[in-house]
Amino acid sequence: MDATSRTFVANARAGLRDAALQTSLARFQGGFQVKRAEAAERLPEFEALRDEARAIKDHVLAHLDHYLERFEERVRASGGTVHWCETPEQARERILALCREADAKTVTKSKSMIAEEMALNPFLEEHGIEPVETDLGEYVVQLADERPSHIIAPAVHKTRDQVADLFHEKHTPLGRTRRLERVEELVEEAREVLRPRYLAADVGITGANFLIAETGSSAVVTNEGNADLTQILPRMHIVIATLEKVVPTLEDATTIMRVLARSATGQEFSTYTTVSTGPRRPGDADGPEAYHVVLLDNGRSRMLGSEFREVLRCIKCGACMNHCPVYGAVGGHAYGWVYPGPVGAVLTPNLIGLEEARHLPNASSFCGRCEEVCPVRIPLPGLMRKLREQEFAQGLAPAAVRRGIGAWAWLARRPALYRCLTGIGIGMMGALGRRRGRFVRLPLAGGWTGARDMPAPEGATFHALWRKERKA
Amino acid sequence: MPATPRRVGLFVTCLVDLFRPTVGFAAVKLLERAGCAVTVPAAQTCCGQPAYNAGDRADTRAIAEGVIAAFEPFDATVAPSGSCAGMIRRHYPALFAGDPVWEERAKRLAEKTFELVSFLVDECGVASVDARHEGRVAYHDSCSSLREMGVRAQPRQLLATVEGLELAELSARDVCCGFGGTFCVKYPDISGRMVADKAKDIAATGAGTVLAGDMGCLLNIAGRLSREGSAVRARHVAEVLAGMGGRPAIGEPAKGR
Repeated sequence: MDATSRTFVANARAGLRDAALQTSLARFQGGFQVKRAEAAERLPEFEALRDEARAIKDHVLAHLDHYLERFEERVRASGGTVHWCETPEQARERILALCREADAKTVTKSKSMIAEEMALNPFLEEHGIEPVETDLGEYVVQLADERPSHIIAPAVHKTRDQVADLFHEKHTPLGRTRRLERVEELVEEAREVLRPRYLAADVGITGANFLIAETGSSAVVTNEGNADLTQILPRMHIVIATLEKVVPTLEDATTIMRVLARSATGQEFSTYTTVSTGPRRPGDADGPEAYHVVLLDNGRSRMLGSEFREVLRCIKCGACMNHCPVYGAVGGHAYGWVYPGPVGAVLTPNLIGLEEARHLPNASSFCGRCEEVCPVRIPLPGLMRKLREQEFAQGLAPAAVRRGIGAWAWLARRPALYRCLTGIGIGMMGALGRRRGRFVRLPLAGGWTGARDMPAPEGATFHALWRKERKA
Repeated sequence: MPATPRRVGLFVTCLVDLFRPTVGFAAVKLLERAGCAVTVPAAQTCCGQPAYNAGDRADTRAIAEGVIAAFEPFDATVAPSGSCAGMIRRHYPALFAGDPVWEERAKRLAEKTFELVSFLVDECGVASVDARHEGRVAYHDSCSSLREMGVRAQPRQLLATVEGLELAELSARDVCCGFGGTFCVKYPDISGRMVADKAKDIAATGAGTVLAGDMGCLLNIAGRLSREGSAVRARHVAEVLAGMGGRPAIGEPAKGR
């Protein structure tokens, strides 16, 4: 997927000015925050469960090669195939080859952020294969020719009215000419439109919340049941996942599911949990004839050996973005690539380069709410700071910032000189600001005074006053 | 209760030193009333956080070494700020991790570094203050006080003993005000939105005064309130607890001039 992270500042400004987006964001963030808090409150062992989930992921990351090999072995034993792909380009070529093998004209897809990483939909379209998104939010985003703005609520940036208009426009050629208003009606129409697409699809592509090493299974959680129809009805099921999705056992997967749903939506468990193992066996009532797992690295094995390893614990629940005040102000599209919010601020520079994405780890007040709610306790602000350190070391930070910090730090190491210079500066500022108590405008401080006044200092520094008082 | 540390080194913080010396004097008053002998080491400037959050580790370490040397002689280091105290307590040990000399020194200082109000309550056993402040007051939790220093109940506990004061809670009390150090000038549009939301929340409480324990948040919030022409006054919580809430508020014109 092409990135626009470089223009984060302009993207953010556009988001702040988008009234419909602001309405959607305010409603969704408030709701998710309350639901997560209530779910955590209801479960006395929630904090202990978070520790357990973190320990499972840390264990897997420490033995990733072992579990991945085990997983492949079990997939093969159940009649499926694992395809190892280093880059998104390799992965989509492989998927295309598999689709051609199945002589596919249309493929149904359940939600997958990995598909976004490899920009799978436009690629399949270019090659004459029609992808059909079946998750309602993804379906909306696909109809609108947009990108997901949230990892579990892809169309959260759209209001009901916008969806009503979109369905009216896009479904009219299908003979559905009435503009619907109610959410239930819109959902029902999407179901009716999608149903024949499921039945006609030649290949079903799903993501995976878990790859289970002991059984060679993939597991997906949804609230719509769309992944079930996507993977059971077509002739071929292709699972796409990145390396760190593997867990040792089914029990480990269920432990993580318990924090996943609570952190994401405040549910105790997602509505549908679907575990798939290999293709249809003789005597099975249904299921695909072929089962493939496309396993994508795309930078993960590099991150595994880096100081950013901890972000690979991420279980893609979205809690960090649901609680982030910056995400809540600008929306997910501002981040400019697949993953928005705090986890995106760490993942994106690692996956597409710090030069392209340098704004993301900087655009954080380090309030720490993301780390507080992360079910696997990823130290997100700490990892963003490490990216800022890389940026500083590589000279990517703006020269004015570097020089400013350098000059200030030089002064801060010389208390006597610091005292003298700040005393003069503050004395002047205090005298100028005394009458009004504040500055509406200040030279070189437009960033501050654009949105707020600068309160005037009292006029003398504490240290000067203290010296006087204690000498007297 | 732990024995009261007698010798306290006051880490004034750069923002209190430059913008609001009143807070420093309020802190001294509160600490002395709690039985502490307060020293203000002359060799202090800043905790290094601006450099740390800008990714400039070398400068941060150089500044931090100065802070450690200046404050390690005392029984406790106390700052009228959760942010600066959090920098020393949570981040200095990480900053020097693996350093044969400085890691140990950083850890020792970290363990005895506290935010002012939680120090008074948790370490000195202060249960009430002798102060008066008429009217409804909203308290803003700074993110670092809340998440790095565990400060939530202590200021509310002491404010409840201020005569005439009625405490109001914000509806989004664990949400950042948008200051975030250099964040507020690097991303002014986003920061501006965050502080506007905070000002709205403060206004909705009907409070005449907003208090907080960190000057960064307070300059941001006071600046927004005055930009909106709001009548709500902003002060550091220590000023009210020390009975020094009668001085001009942050951003208010000096009296009689």
